Amino acid sequence: MKSILSTIIPLVLSAILAISCGGEKKSRSGARSDVQDAAVKTYVAPGDLDEYYMFASGGHSGQVYIYGLPSMRHISTIPVFAPYSATGYGFDKESKEMLGGFTWGDAHHPSLSETDGDYDGRWLFISDNANNRMARVDLRDFKTKQIFGPIPNVSGNHCSSFVTENTEYVLAGSRFSIPLPRHTYEKIEDYATKYKGVVAGIKVDPKTGTMSLGWEILMPPFNYDLGDAGKGPSKDWGFWTCYNSERATGKLEVTSTQKDRDYVVAVNWKEAEKAITAGKAKIIDGAKVIDPKDAPGVVFLIPAAKSPHGVDVSPDGKYIVASGKLQSITTVFNIEKIQTAIEKKDFTGTEDGIPVLNYDAVKDAEVNVGLGPLHTQFDDQGNAYTSLFVESAVAKWKLGTWEVLDKIPVSYNIGHLSAAEGDTKHPDGKFLVALNKLSHGRHLNVGPSQPEASQLIDISGEKMSLLYDAFTEPEPHYAQIVKADKIKPIEVYPKEENKNPNAIWDIKDSKITRSGKHVVVKAIAVRTSFEPTKIEVNKGDLVTIHLTNIEQTTDELHGFGLNEYNINVVVDPGETKTIEFVADKPGVFPYYCTNFCSALHQEMQGYLLVKP
Amino acid sequence: MKNFLETTRLFFETSLDIRSRVLVFVAALVLVPSYFLPLWNMTLYSNQFLEGLSLDIYTYKLEGTKTPERDDLKEINALNHYIGMKPLVDSDFTEFNWIPFVIGGTMLLCFRAIVIGKMDKLVDVFVLFTYFGIFSLWSFYYKLYQYGHTLDPTAAVKVPPFTPPMFGHQTMANFEVYSFPSAGSFFMAAMPLLLLAAMYLSKKKHSVK
Repeated sequence: MKSILSTIIPLVLSAILAISCGGEKKSRSGARSDVQDAAVKTYVAPGDLDEYYMFASGGHSGQVYIYGLPSMRHISTIPVFAPYSATGYGFDKESKEMLGGFTWGDAHHPSLSETDGDYDGRWLFISDNANNRMARVDLRDFKTKQIFGPIPNVSGNHCSSFVTENTEYVLAGSRFSIPLPRHTYEKIEDYATKYKGVVAGIKVDPKTGTMSLGWEILMPPFNYDLGDAGKGPSKDWGFWTCYNSERATGKLEVTSTQKDRDYVVAVNWKEAEKAITAGKAKIIDGAKVIDPKDAPGVVFLIPAAKSPHGVDVSPDGKYIVASGKLQSITTVFNIEKIQTAIEKKDFTGTEDGIPVLNYDAVKDAEVNVGLGPLHTQFDDQGNAYTSLFVESAVAKWKLGTWEVLDKIPVSYNIGHLSAAEGDTKHPDGKFLVALNKLSHGRHLNVGPSQPEASQLIDISGEKMSLLYDAFTEPEPHYAQIVKADKIKPIEVYPKEENKNPNAIWDIKDSKITRSGKHVVVKAIAVRTSFEPTKIEVNKGDLVTIHLTNIEQTTDELHGFGLNEYNINVVVDPGETKTIEFVADKPGVFPYYCTNFCSALHQEMQGYLLVKP
Repeated sequence: MKNFLETTRLFFETSLDIRSRVLVFVAALVLVPSYFLPLWNMTLYSNQFLEGLSLDIYTYKLEGTKTPERDDLKEINALNHYIGMKPLVDSDFTEFNWIPFVIGGTMLLCFRAIVIGKMDKLVDVFVLFTYFGIFSLWSFYYKLYQYGHTLDPTAAVKVPPFTPPMFGHQTMANFEVYSFPSAGSFFMAAMPLLLLAAMYLSKKKHSVK
């Protein structure tokens, strides 16, 4: 049956395409694909499920977007660093407190939690470049559970959130060096000496995933750009790239691009832990910060080609691949050679007391991948894939032989790329997504504000082939692609698990109580009414509504929109949320269910009466 | 006539042979599964519920299929409230109190027949259990009738009174409803058949007269 289908589908599709191509189908310029091959490989029939989840960071939208692969369909959005009225995120008391008063974040690099170097499907971490935070999404219910930060001393948390082999730590660091502690003033002219960078490991509780302060390392005022945690032989190490080792200020475009080499920072986090246990750290803004001068053996610098961007560790943990974005080479370092050079003290200098390793002693290869190399991912055949921003292409090359095997153009200006489980110990191969920065109108014209373009590439064969274009919300900086069966989410919050002391399950238990100027409402939402349907308060009262959705059926969400009070909360089946506001506007305000629930959804409403 | 009464009297006085007693014992045993297997199943299919909302009726409880995604009984009640049907709750079914008691009693009567070993004791169990079975079926039908005929007049959706199907298929609004006896009922139906067989075995041997 399957083989008949696989014959028929291409025939039907090619017929359809032949008709449509002959008809009105318009196209824009740029990379093309073999239409029949691509259609069959990406078509997910109605009712069928995608094979992979892709969690793409939403950049300055602050959110995480979930796509299904190979269809590239956008399935859902997880709000993280910005309020999202669609799910009521940032409107109820708990999520509002979690956002800490910020209304946006710059969601950069997502990282799935790992056990023994492979995705374990428990949590997704994501960094906030803007407000120095780190968030954790629980993949049991796809909800943001913790926003940690602003992380003390970390400024511009860009080189983050890569996890160590068993999710002991999530890496963090400063893209923008500042005087420390935060809120200190120093003249910009003193940048080279008085401003400091930091690289850090945020500790993760192995059971709950709760993040807390781990270790921090005081670094020279360079711009720490990207990172990766080691695995296998390099599992005790964290790596970061940096640009601006010139310690320049002003127009960095010029001032920070004068040297031919900047650095990869290598931190042995086991040594960092030891230094902290030995009491070698000082406390800055509540965090334990190690000054490398006080604790030799913790951090080293490795010279790397001009203004390196991505640094990626190979699946076997042996190679550390750093891409110099202003040159045409990607440099491969070898963890054994790094360790030997450290043992032999094969140093060529120091930066603020940090030893600089001898480049020639630790490097395995300079791979001439092409112009503007940024990031590297891996497949299951020992190949590496490097994104080339300037060249708008992906280069495929072989680990060990360092031979460039293939190149595919993308549209346009690729930033990150993400392969199926491509940063784990066991990549899947199969698919790679090019997360392009510019789409240049490769879509229906939507005016000047154009979306980003994410392109699905088949990497199962010798030659890469382009399969699909998707236009993604701003702005995917990196993504994680994980086999769907590794994640096992719930669809309903079981009643038994709801431990909220204010939850009620029977409309008879709904009540309104007043103590002084505080009115507390225990409320229920169920098809198709709220209980109570009337809440009467006095102007100036503090109103707290604990709303429980007592449904136990999938997708029976209920919303609570309160007109003109700027409130919309959505409560999932079995969930209780708290809405709190001061009734400062007198009059009568309807509240209603915002999330369509049933045939009588329109009737699901009530009134808040505020007496003047 | 006299002859018939005499034959009947003699039949009632017939002793049960060992095969009959074993069969009566088996008949008592087949009632045991009715304590844990459902008697009846109703399944409601619609476009939203392609896999069906399923309700099992036991001798002592109602139970909807429960998955982490849904509790079918809760869902059926949620949907029924739109037409003003009373929620299906265990406490409304007095049957759940006395049916398990009656089944236990029937088993005791079987043991009585085995020990005393007389045909008339067997006839007692057979008649009482058959009466119980027919009464239960009527009671179940009447329950269905009542649920469909005592609809809340203030319900959002007004439907003419109806009786949900007891046996077979019926289309109700957007639902295809299927209602059939389940394993528990088949065991219960096997019981009187086994008793008949037991009677037949002993009768054959002793009705020479």
